[in-house]
Parts: sequence; structure tokens; C-alpha cells
Amino acid sequence: MATRSKLSWLVPATITGALIPFASIAWRLWQHRLGANPIATALNQIGLLSLIFLCASLSCTPLKIAFGYNWPLRVRRTLGLCAFFSAVLHFLVYLVLDQNFALGVVLSDVLKRPFIALGFAALVLLVPLALTSSKRSVARLGFRRWQLLHRLAYLIGILGVLHFYLRVKADHTQPIVYGLVLALGFLLRGAAKLKKSRAMRLRASLRATHPGSA
Amino acid sequence: MRNPPRPPASSEITAPELYARRREFIKSGALFVGTSAALGAGLSSLSNLGSADPPAKPPPLPPAASGAVPWRVGKRGDFAAGEAQSSYQDITSYNNYYELGFSKSEPASLGFRIKTQPWTLRVTGEVEHERTLDIDTLIRWFGLEERVYRMRCVEAWSMVIPWLGFPLADFLKKLAPTSRAKYVRFTTLLDPEQLPNQKSRALRWPYVEGLRIDEAMNPLAFLALGLYGAPLPGQNGAPVRLVVPWKYGFKGGKSLVEIRLQEHEPETTWSRSAPTEYGFYANVNPAVDHPRWSQASERRIGELSRRKTLPFNGYAEQVADLYRGMDLARNF
Repeated sequence: MATRSKLSWLVPATITGALIPFASIAWRLWQHRLGANPIATALNQIGLLSLIFLCASLSCTPLKIAFGYNWPLRVRRTLGLCAFFSAVLHFLVYLVLDQNFALGVVLSDVLKRPFIALGFAALVLLVPLALTSSKRSVARLGFRRWQLLHRLAYLIGILGVLHFYLRVKADHTQPIVYGLVLALGFLLRGAAKLKKSRAMRLRASLRATHPGSA
Repeated sequence: MRNPPRPPASSEITAPELYARRREFIKSGALFVGTSAALGAGLSSLSNLGSADPPAKPPPLPPAASGAVPWRVGKRGDFAAGEAQSSYQDITSYNNYYELGFSKSEPASLGFRIKTQPWTLRVTGEVEHERTLDIDTLIRWFGLEERVYRMRCVEAWSMVIPWLGFPLADFLKKLAPTSRAKYVRFTTLLDPEQLPNQKSRALRWPYVEGLRIDEAMNPLAFLALGLYGAPLPGQNGAPVRLVVPWKYGFKGGKSLVEIRLQEHEPETTWSRSAPTEYGFYANVNPAVDHPRWSQASERRIGELSRRKTLPFNGYAEQVADLYRGMDLARNF
């Protein structure tokens, strides 16, 4: 309980911090400081923010595994919801400002262009996760089922990185870096899981060979 | 005698248990402010990577060439049907010049690194006499005319730009190509000191572009030395660049150091890097999509709604004959 009250500022600080780049984009848009093609700049920056939030949310568990920190787990949901809201905003900027509500064009883009299809799939898959992000949903679904559903986040992360990678014309450094962040997280998760199952098997075999000692 | 001060209302009195935790409140408050500020700053700079803010003020007009030859503008022609010209600020701050950086804004801040004096343009290959020319010679030989052209980028945005220069056809006629000259190859400067992003290996440098000889002889093909009445700034391809208004912008090689006439089709930078996405011809064509996005419409820089892209960027009347009988979906 002590740590709980000590970190009461963490989630509000994360939400406030997450809003700052959006305020900055809105301010620069207003001040005509987003360059000659402000819609493209806003679209790209908001999309990138969504991927950053997604990678950050998916890095909480690996941080706990690698360093034993508990605080990342307390912002994991907040970061995931930030990823969802940024993804929605990214799509709205594309639909409304970039394509001027040309639903036919947007639909054919989604069907015909792999990079848009991947990004759209990520957005659609984020919806059930956002809808079941509350503690009540965990109780309603049961932890196992809830956890299974929320493993979709791994797939969404991969889709997000591919969406970015396929969009870039020549310099793939940034999408590769985000991909590596995700990959490192998956590696740490895998290693932790392996260790855990090994320990369990060892305990089971100890129990079998030395009954009563474990 | 004044009345003694009234005691504060009981609702304003800090509860003792809260008073006891005042240090904790201050600490939490500080941590809240510090964390949100750091997170906000980190997110802003990460999401800004690759699209840094452009300079707030337009760059100053560069001084006229060397002064040895005056910049006198002869003919002026509007080849954009009276459409509004893009602002000098937009034309010079939103550039694709990968040798100066991958973002749209880096070229504007690094363009000054291109040293345009002295500059030599070599003319090589299938010509009567190979030559090395300087910019003053070009102006003396061909004069300067202003042409307002539409510029359509392959990324589905466009501008209207008043270029200053002379028709490529005048240049080629003067250099007298031989009968074996079937193609023209344009090579950009190779010098990582002046073009720092040539240290990146994302594309193969130097940048190479090319035209078929009949395309190069079309009266619309243009060599530009300036825009808006002044010499080109570095980010727009100083001191001399190619402008082919019916093709996507990447065909217009910048900061040219060599123009070579040759018998075989040159291998061009983008079609080498991504042959399924960028062809040798790269004619503006709303009916042939880029594999990753539609080319049917474009955003004119400065406008909110999109406009329809025109075949050959609106120059079909002047150039469609060059491609008669060709399958333009295959020869994209």
C-alpha cells in the first residue's frame, strides 16, 4: 500500500506528458509552423506517436523482467490507451484532412495498399483491447481469457512497425529501431518464460525423485 | 480600536493529517511536473525526428551569380494556365534533396553548403566536342527566360514554380550530339563535404537521371539556374538543375556536374533502388498508381482539398506524341 500512494502521481504524469506532443502539433499547426505541407507533417507525427506509445506499452513487461521495476506495469494500460487514441486520431487526419472524406479512395487504399491495410488492421485490432482495458473487463472475462485477448498487442506492434517500414521511401533507420525495441522485448519475454518453465520442471522432477522434500 | 481579525472558517483550516503529509504532496507534485515535462519533451522530439520544423523565415534571396554576367530575364512565359504560384518560402523550405537529408526541412538548413562558385558542368559522350562549361558561359550562350511550370512530386503533392533558365534543346543543339546520341544522362555533384547525407547508403550516389533524346529535345525540357528571379538556393539544386514538368519531380536532377549523351538507356538512381516503384519514364499519370499510393489526386501545397492529377501533369498536348504506341502502364 505504501508504494501505491507513493506513485499516485505516475499515471496523471504519463497522461499529461502524452498530451504535450499533441498540444505542440496543434500549436504549430495554428502558428503555420508545420511547414509547407502541414497535413502530411501532422499525419506522420501523430502516426509515429502511436507507434512510440505502442512500443512503450509493450516494453513495460520486459523492463520488469530485465530490471525488476514494478512501476512500468502501472503505466502499461495508460500507454496502450494512448497508442489507441493516437491511432484513431492518425486515421481521422488521414480520412478527413488528407483525403477529404473520400470514402471510396480510403476503402480502395485499405484494400489495395499493403502498408495501409497493415496499419488499418492494427487500428481495428486495437479496438477490442481498448474496450476491455478496464479492471472490470479482466474480472468479466476471467484473467486467462483476458490475457489471451491482450496478447494481440504483440501482433499489433509488429503490424505497426511494418506499416511504418513499408511507408518509408529510402531511409529505413527509424522503423528498424522500433522493430528492434519490440524484438528485444519479445526476446526477454521468451527468455523469462523459458526460465520459468525450466524451474517448474526442475521442481516437478525434484518432487518426483525426492518425495516429501519439496 | 480595530476589531480583532476574525478566525478563519473551519472549512479553510487544513486538516492535521493532510498538514502532516505536506512534504509528500510537494514531492509528488514535483515528481508529477518533472515526469510529465520530461515525457512530453521526449515524445515531442522522437515524433519530430525526420520532420523537424522548417525555418520560420524564408531564406534571403541569394546574390546574383558572379556578377560578371548580369542576370537579365528575357522572355516570361506562364506554362501553368494562370494557377497561383507557390510562395518562395514553400518552394525553398519543402524539398526532397536526399543528399542534404531525408526530411523535407533539412535541405533548406544545409543548402548553403553547396559551393556554386566555381562550378563546372562537363558535357561528355556522343557530342562533337566534349566540353567543360561554367555558369557564366551558360548564361552568355543561352540567356535567361522565366517559365512558370507545375511541379508534381511522386509523393502526390505539387507546386507552381517560376523557374529561370533556358530550354535544354538549345543547349543540346549547341553541343551538337552525334547520331549515336539516343539518351541523355544527368549526374549530380558527388561530394560528401557539400552534400553531407551522401555518407548515408540509402541510395547509390551520385544521383543519376536520364531522358530519351527526343524527350530532352522537347521544347518544355528546361535547365534552370534560378527561381523567382534569383539564382537557385542550394536546396533547389544550385547552380543548375533539370526541370521536366510532365514527369515526376525526381526526374529533375539537381546540382548537375555532368550531362552525358549516350547510346544506351542510363540506369537511373530511383529505378535502380526500387525498380517496381520508379520507372525510367516517370511520366505524371493519374491512371498508373505508385504501388504504395494512388496517383489519381494530389495536394497542391498551400491548399486544403486535393485536386485531380492531370495526365502528363497538364502538358499532354505538348508531349503525348513522344509516347504514341507505348504501353504507359508498363513503361511507367
